[in-house]
Amino acid sequence: MAYDTGTHAAAVAHGHATSMGLDNRKMAFWAFIGSECLLFGSLISTYLVYKGRSLTGPFPHEILNIPFTSFSTFDLLMSSLAMVLALAAVQRGDMKQGKIWLFVTAALGLVFLGGQFWEFSHFVREGLGLTTNLFGSTFYVLTGTHGAHVTVGVIWLLTLWVQALRGKLGPANAMTVEITGLYWHFVDVVWIVIFTVVYLIQ
Amino acid sequence: MPFVIVALLLVVTGCAGQHPQSIFAPRSDFSVELDGLFKNIFWWAVVVFLVVETLLLIAIARFRARPGAAEPKPVHGHTVLEIGWTVAPALILVFIAVPTMRTIFETAGHAPEGALRVEVIGHQWWWEYRYPTLKISASNELHVPVRTPIQIELTSADVIHSFWAPALGGKRDLIQGRTNRIAFNADSTGEYWGQCAEFCGASHANMRLRVFVQTDSQFQHWVDQQRTLPATPAKGSPAEAGQQVFRRSACIGCHTIEGVAQGKVGPDLGHVASRTTIAGALFPNTTEMLHRWIMNAPSLKPGALMPPQNLSPQDLDAIVAYLQSLK
Amino acid sequence: MKSWLTTTDHKRIGLLYFWTAFGFFLIGGLEALIIRAQLIKPDGGLGVSAETFNQLFTMHGTTMVFLALMPLSAAFFNFIIPLQIGARDVAFPRLNAFSYWVFLLGGLFLNASFIAGPLFGADRLSVAPDAGWFGYANLTSRQFSPGPNVDFWLLGLQILGIASLAAGFNFIVTILNMRAPGMRMLRLPLFTWMTLITQFLVITAFPVITVALVLLMFDRFFGTHFFVPQGGGDPILWQHLFWMFGHPEVYILILPAMGVISEVLPTFSRKPLFGYTVVVYSGVVIAFLGWSVWSHHMFASGLGPIADSVFAGTTMLIAIPTGVKIFNWIGTLWGGQIRFTAAMLFALGFIAMFIIGGLSGVSHASAASDLQQTDTYYVVAHIHYVLFGGTILGLFAGMYYWWPKMTGRMLSEGLGKLHFWLTIIGMNLAFFPMHFSGLLGMPRRIYTYSGELGVTRFNEVSTIGAFIVGIATLVFFWNLLRTRWQAVTAPSNPWGGSTLEWAIPSPPPVYNFTMIPTVASRMPLWQTERHAPMAALPERPPAPIHVPGGSWWPMFTAFGLPVMAIGALSHLIPVVLLGAAVVIVGIYRWAFEPFEV
Repeated sequence: MAYDTGTHAAAVAHGHATSMGLDNRKMAFWAFIGSECLLFGSLISTYLVYKGRSLTGPFPHEILNIPFTSFSTFDLLMSSLAMVLALAAVQRGDMKQGKIWLFVTAALGLVFLGGQFWEFSHFVREGLGLTTNLFGSTFYVLTGTHGAHVTVGVIWLLTLWVQALRGKLGPANAMTVEITGLYWHFVDVVWIVIFTVVYLIQ
Repeated sequence: MPFVIVALLLVVTGCAGQHPQSIFAPRSDFSVELDGLFKNIFWWAVVVFLVVETLLLIAIARFRARPGAAEPKPVHGHTVLEIGWTVAPALILVFIAVPTMRTIFETAGHAPEGALRVEVIGHQWWWEYRYPTLKISASNELHVPVRTPIQIELTSADVIHSFWAPALGGKRDLIQGRTNRIAFNADSTGEYWGQCAEFCGASHANMRLRVFVQTDSQFQHWVDQQRTLPATPAKGSPAEAGQQVFRRSACIGCHTIEGVAQGKVGPDLGHVASRTTIAGALFPNTTEMLHRWIMNAPSLKPGALMPPQNLSPQDLDAIVAYLQSLK
Repeated sequence: MKSWLTTTDHKRIGLLYFWTAFGFFLIGGLEALIIRAQLIKPDGGLGVSAETFNQLFTMHGTTMVFLALMPLSAAFFNFIIPLQIGARDVAFPRLNAFSYWVFLLGGLFLNASFIAGPLFGADRLSVAPDAGWFGYANLTSRQFSPGPNVDFWLLGLQILGIASLAAGFNFIVTILNMRAPGMRMLRLPLFTWMTLITQFLVITAFPVITVALVLLMFDRFFGTHFFVPQGGGDPILWQHLFWMFGHPEVYILILPAMGVISEVLPTFSRKPLFGYTVVVYSGVVIAFLGWSVWSHHMFASGLGPIADSVFAGTTMLIAIPTGVKIFNWIGTLWGGQIRFTAAMLFALGFIAMFIIGGLSGVSHASAASDLQQTDTYYVVAHIHYVLFGGTILGLFAGMYYWWPKMTGRMLSEGLGKLHFWLTIIGMNLAFFPMHFSGLLGMPRRIYTYSGELGVTRFNEVSTIGAFIVGIATLVFFWNLLRTRWQAVTAPSNPWGGSTLEWAIPSPPPVYNFTMIPTVASRMPLWQTERHAPMAALPERPPAPIHVPGGSWWPMFTAFGLPVMAIGALSHLIPVVLLGAAVVIVGIYRWAFEPFEV
């Protein structure tokens, strides 16, 4: 459908800069993150509204394991650090380091997901199912939605890692890695909020 | 344009007769407050409407394009005008907001000490009334004494409903697990209409109610009547046969008639003959409507829980006779 | 055919949006006419059953909001915005195509419920949603709505939400980032400005209803009790979440139409918009305040006097920026040379009718007064003066205004004026009497009413009016259709407009601008005090322009969503997984597709 695929095509297509000086994809991603804030905000509000209104147990203080989840939180924070290192490596063209740190980020994400899986199955054994009480419903939906976001992030990171292994990721794709990093840091920050609201302030 | 229509409508409708559910005939302190507030806003709205539409019409009439006219002056704005038409509506809103806030607090639904309490429980699609201090209950037709503070406490047995009897006040929702309040003091006796105002399923349109505001003695008479045990039919009367049919058919599963049945799903029928209507104030309480209702309720009121009854004509006549004996 | 299915051209997507949304608009209108026909007589009406009636008003509201008004606005966003800002396309052309296909499939999914009954073992053909467009809990719980009706609704709205969100991100970036050189923010055309504000409302409001719908989905599919009182849940939480979305949604519907008439009025008055910056900022203020008023939909639910007062106050505040807009529009007319084209008539009709809806809105803002009005036909009158008298008239103005640009063919002005007068007369006959029927005690959402209420006459008039609106819409439909057989003759600037879309041929070439123009004023095509009109663009591009080809993957990915919904609806996990797989494959193919922008 090209009007004219002359020799100048590519130059013209990439020629114009954006009005705000910010990459289109990055700006879209900031808007997306703003939107996601409202999504998690609504879920966290629902959790808070229903806090202490469960009709039957188990109740939060009987079941939440703060030391274990503190470890998960630390793990996720470290993954953000790894993400920073990955981006820095890709930006300076050090793809060897880039590959390592992308993988470490994804692996730490997987550890977090494993921890969440263990936590969920432990809670179910303790008698807290999705429909047991309002605590169970709000807890699983909130942390589950977050877990789904982490899962998407891990798949995304592994995709980049595979691309890097195949030699198809370089400094030219630094913006892609940067956006992945934005997403990953956002998911991390959301977890800090959830950890505080659900686990620390009971 | 709208004024032409108002005029037309007034002509068309003429003296359209009675409006038993109108908000324009307030008969309690609650509804009088709301009526005053509405009229205040209405007249402001009329003024604003006239001013703005007149300006619009003048602009349209005066500035229509004329051949050969000069290009219009490219005016981009006017700061003083902008400030003016920001401040003017703000001022008008103050005159609306202040009485609004006052009325909100005055109509918050808390009756003074010693008010007559009535618990209203919404069901799909009928109303249950309990008078905890008088130890009586009723359905669909609410009786209250005139010039007495009434405290209505609203809740629901199933989905959200909304209790609305416009002559006596504004509506409030009935929500399972919550209690909402309406307080009013009716200033004149009479029969007032109302109906459910929150969409509540198939027969939302058929969830109607009546409020009978009575003199103290009329109300006391009604209370005494409701307090007596349901009538026992005379031996050998058609009503007694009806009671037998009632006992052995599905009726007892859902309806209460003290001493006969304990069902809780449908309305208490202990004094059903003292009501003017049946089926959620939907039909007059006549022999014919009772027949039709008992034979096939869902065909008259979609979604009604009472299934069609397979009764012989004699049994049906007997049951209706029995129900009509329950004054 | 293939080129339309794979298109990423914003103009083609705009036309697809237009015709699809117009189709849904006709369906929603048909539903309204059946509703009105039923209500022409009291005590049983024309025999439409309660169940059918409840489905009709639910689908009428849902269709008009999500499948007609929003996407009709989106048709203009797509076609006009890149032209107004001097861009070759939107920021993400494939995402744009994706939005359209998701919207189309979501709309088809929702409407499929009208004939899906036998698939679910229902004894009737239609299992359309029947709990209202607002779907109040706990009527929507499995206990009180056991059938698939509400499932269709909550899954369909989730699909449509994805389309709106994707378009929201796309247009925010397009407007902020793709402006022609010199097109500063305060030089943006008003329609572009109002679109930008609208998209910010979309990306902040839609996540909230998504959460509400997800929680409802858990209640209905997995047995949680988020909105079920027996399990400790609170139906009022649904109302808060729904209206936190629902009120911004009202401004999502009205702001684009306000933008349209802010373009049409100056053009046909031959005067710049009066108080441009004030009109822009009042739009921003309306959007901000729009986030702080949601509970005014819940005055009868017993929030308590303090909350009622706060929300009454914030709601009244919105009247101020709205009033400011109206005065500025009248200021635009004042001293102008007004040409009464069909587009202008609809823009003037917008002002005249929107005032009525705005003023009845003030009576709703007064929380105490609202206790008598809410959930009656008085509210039905209000919303229709705002959304029909406002949004629809504004969109009609846009259709007459931009149709030549979109198709290169002029609509008939004569038929346009007939359409206008029939619409105005019809809508006032239909909606004005509803003020009376409501205040005389007629609740809304009832399939029948007692003849003794004394509102029969008003209902008769409303029904006649609704059918006149129906005829008017057919006149318009004919006006649209007949242009298909006309030659492409529209000049590039048939109305003497001032904005960039009028600087290029009608319809625009695939690359829009032969050369990206440099903008020096708010009205680049008009002579102003300081600026001469922009020089004409060269007829041929000075250098070859690369235009991206099409892509199958947006449509492919979009197909996964209704598949997932069908799986959920029929409780078939493998089908859900199949849909998810389609989405994942689609996203990967899309991401790794060579596609140059």
